[in-house]
Amino acid sequence: MRVRVCVCVCVRACVCVCVCVCCQMRFLLLFSRQGKLRLQKWFTAMSDRERKKIIREMTTMVLARQPRSSNFLQWKDLKIIYKRYASLYFCLGVEAQENELLALEIIHRYVELLDKYFGNVCELDIIFNFEKAYFILDEFLMGGEIQETSKQTVNRCIEASDMLQETMEEYMSKPAF
Amino acid sequence: MSPSVPLQEMIRAIRSARTQCEERGVIQRECAAIRAQFRQNDNGSRSHNLAKLLYVHMLGYPAHFGQMECVRMIASPRYSEKRVGYLGAMMLLDEKQDASLLITNSIKNDLSHSNQYIQSLALCTLACMGSAEMCRDLAPEIDRLLRSANSYIKKKAALCAVHIVRKVQDLGELFVSAARSLLSEKNHGVLHGAVVLITELCERNPETLERFRKTVPDLVQIMKGLVISGYSPDHDVAGVSDPFLQVRILRLLRVLGRNNETASDAMNDLLAQVATNTDSTKTVGNAVLYETVLTVLDIKSESGLRVLAVNILGRFLLNNDRNIRYIAMTSLQKIVVTDHNAVQRHRGTIVDCLKDQDASVKRRALELSLALVSASNIRSMMKELLVFLSSCPLELKAQAASGIFIAAERYAPSQRWHIDTILHVLTTAGGDVRDETVPNLIQLITNTSELHCYTVHKLYRALLEDISQQSLVQVACWCIGEYGDLLLRGECQETEPVQVTEDDVLDALETVLQSHMSSPATRGFALTATMKLSTRISDNVDRIRSIVSIYGSCIDLELQQRAVEYNALFKKYDHMRAAVLERMPVIQRNSSGQNSEDASEETIKEIQVTKVKQEELVLAQQPAGPVCDLLDLLSGPQEPLQPSLAPAQPISTTTAAGGDLLDLLGGLELTPPSSAPTVTIYEKHGVTLTLGCEQESDSGLLATLTASNSSDSDISSFTLQAAVPKSVQLHMKAPSRDSLPARGAAELTQTVVLSNPNKVNLKMRIRISYTSQGSAVQDTVQVDSLPGL
Repeated sequence: MRVRVCVCVCVRACVCVCVCVCCQMRFLLLFSRQGKLRLQKWFTAMSDRERKKIIREMTTMVLARQPRSSNFLQWKDLKIIYKRYASLYFCLGVEAQENELLALEIIHRYVELLDKYFGNVCELDIIFNFEKAYFILDEFLMGGEIQETSKQTVNRCIEASDMLQETMEEYMSKPAF
Repeated sequence: MSPSVPLQEMIRAIRSARTQCEERGVIQRECAAIRAQFRQNDNGSRSHNLAKLLYVHMLGYPAHFGQMECVRMIASPRYSEKRVGYLGAMMLLDEKQDASLLITNSIKNDLSHSNQYIQSLALCTLACMGSAEMCRDLAPEIDRLLRSANSYIKKKAALCAVHIVRKVQDLGELFVSAARSLLSEKNHGVLHGAVVLITELCERNPETLERFRKTVPDLVQIMKGLVISGYSPDHDVAGVSDPFLQVRILRLLRVLGRNNETASDAMNDLLAQVATNTDSTKTVGNAVLYETVLTVLDIKSESGLRVLAVNILGRFLLNNDRNIRYIAMTSLQKIVVTDHNAVQRHRGTIVDCLKDQDASVKRRALELSLALVSASNIRSMMKELLVFLSSCPLELKAQAASGIFIAAERYAPSQRWHIDTILHVLTTAGGDVRDETVPNLIQLITNTSELHCYTVHKLYRALLEDISQQSLVQVACWCIGEYGDLLLRGECQETEPVQVTEDDVLDALETVLQSHMSSPATRGFALTATMKLSTRISDNVDRIRSIVSIYGSCIDLELQQRAVEYNALFKKYDHMRAAVLERMPVIQRNSSGQNSEDASEETIKEIQVTKVKQEELVLAQQPAGPVCDLLDLLSGPQEPLQPSLAPAQPISTTTAAGGDLLDLLGGLELTPPSSAPTVTIYEKHGVTLTLGCEQESDSGLLATLTASNSSDSDISSFTLQAAVPKSVQLHMKAPSRDSLPARGAAELTQTVVLSNPNKVNLKMRIRISYTSQGSAVQDTVQVDSLPGL
């Protein structure tokens, strides 16, 4: 007798504890009207391939919007809030529970900070000084949350860091960059 | 701060490249230079090399060779290098890269640095890309920093702690006390971080939530301070004092007040105050109002406050700003189930938003409108929805169509209205409806026998106008086939009759058959309809015969098969033709989702009555589901059977033609499993395995294995495996449990379905494996003859 062995699969019920509300920002992208990326900040761990995919989809979606439409979009399980300032689009991806109107304010606050730092900021400033744009962002947002709610404090910290860089360089008597 | 000249030169060079190819060339040269410089360990220009690499990375080019350089630069004592190094770490390293672990030590050292800006770099990087191991390593450090005197560091440490809690939930315990004390800070940055941290801790751990409920009065106090206080230049945004902090506190209050009466009571006054005092002319004020509304609706607020919240949303709906209308509808969607009446008051505005230009607003308005449809407003709402359907963007059409169908089904004031509505949808958006629409509509039509005449007239007219909408054409063909005689009779109460000759009808069906717009399924419908008409018309049967025979050589397999069969009906089985093609019985809607319309067509054509009786007897032993459906179709309009498996209950039957068949079924109940003979096949170390068998059908067998444990120790991971001779098929169902407690406290049963079509001698080999007292045990037993056979 030839025996055919059959394996029995035990299905064990897996109890998953689901944490409910998590409202945070997932990413912030800046891109030009031609779709060229000027800044990307990711607040969650993601593979390079996923990031590229998101960038492609965001630029396509946002650039396709009509001029006077609302600033909110639904994409998969995220909300996308975008705003155009001159030639740059600021695109914020947030989780479902986030307050969209506040997200618009966050974008606006970041633009104000850039404006104060660079003095009438334009796209070229952000292109040629991208690392400064990141430093400013890192003083305003952290880990997907707002870090400092006062404009003056953020500006003061940035200036102090810059000063530190320069003085330390002078002390070491080598050029900064 | 002086800009980096080499970096800016490179950027200029890249931007001046005129083609993609040229740009790639520039970047390749630069990357080669950077790689060479990394290898050289050139001290002077390390930071601007890395900065160049980061720029290249942002353009989308690979930059992984810079990872080790980031690690080296982070360890450098120079602030400029550290700064760019940490930036590079945040951009190039993430927790999936191995190199990220190498910076843990640097971060640890920098967290205790004397300079707060270096500490802040480390904190920022940890909060951005810290992996779970890094978080575990550095959590105590963060806790220490939470208690430092420096507000700058405290606020960053708080957000770092938030990240740690998100990565490793258990570490939340560590931060509870520090978070509590941070609430008494005056610095807004620290306060904001503290509120975020507390929210995160409370959402993840219900015990922590209980503990923090006591802080509700403190939070209310802070919030009051923000709302009432005068102008503070530091935090003011368009007249609202620190809206970011206000929103976060409101969110925390929501988490604390959810499902808790006392906490909700404590915040009632505050919420009312915020709702009335906040200036709503600017976006920022509306952001705070929005958060307040969300909080009110989520906690156990008193009814007055809820009404206030819904009114605020109503005001938002009338706002000129599209964004505000959009979020108003999003929130109303959430409460439409619980506060239905309150939302109904704003129905007019919501329906107006259907006409908005913006696609996002339209989508929200559609969802909300569909949720607001009720028995009282169905007619007016449906008018609006149908207007919307004809002009809505493509991506919303399917959703709108199915929503309309569901609403029509639930609240249709009359059958005729229902059919009219569905026909309207099919004519406007027939291409976007789902596939089940056609059978559903057909079932609906057969069920309303008084409207058959009206329906077939309308469908015929629609068919004459347009044959491109497949669903509509399919339904029309079916109806014309079924009720063609009513169409030809020419009189109709509900609608103006139109004189239709048999030739006209056949012309219409032939157009559908021959049109290139018709899908194969539609042509199938048309062919069958033509065939059915052969019994309903008198003059042009020859024409039908010729149409059918033409399609006997059609290239489409399905059509050819149908045509050949119909031909056979004309030639050899002409005596049966009338019976086969007579009016269909009313279709019962099956809960099992079976497409009874197809089943009924086939059973009527192919099964003969005697054969059916035989099958029933055989099928009676199996669970009665499919038998019940079969009986339904044969015995005509009748309530569906509800047989139960308990032998005691008799089956309720109606005295219809099928009555004796059902009685027959009543006698042949399923024998309860306990009366099947069982045999103990294995008994060792306290584990007993018994086998019981029942003959289900000619070749089908149901074997039940029962295991019990009479020893003093529990048994876990108990699994059974079975093997049978080659021609026998075996299917093991899931066992009832996988552990056997000691001293026979519970038994384990597992059913095995066997199929023995060749009727070989049935043997079974069973392997038992389990874990007892920490050691794994395996044993095999052979069963040479199954009991009960």
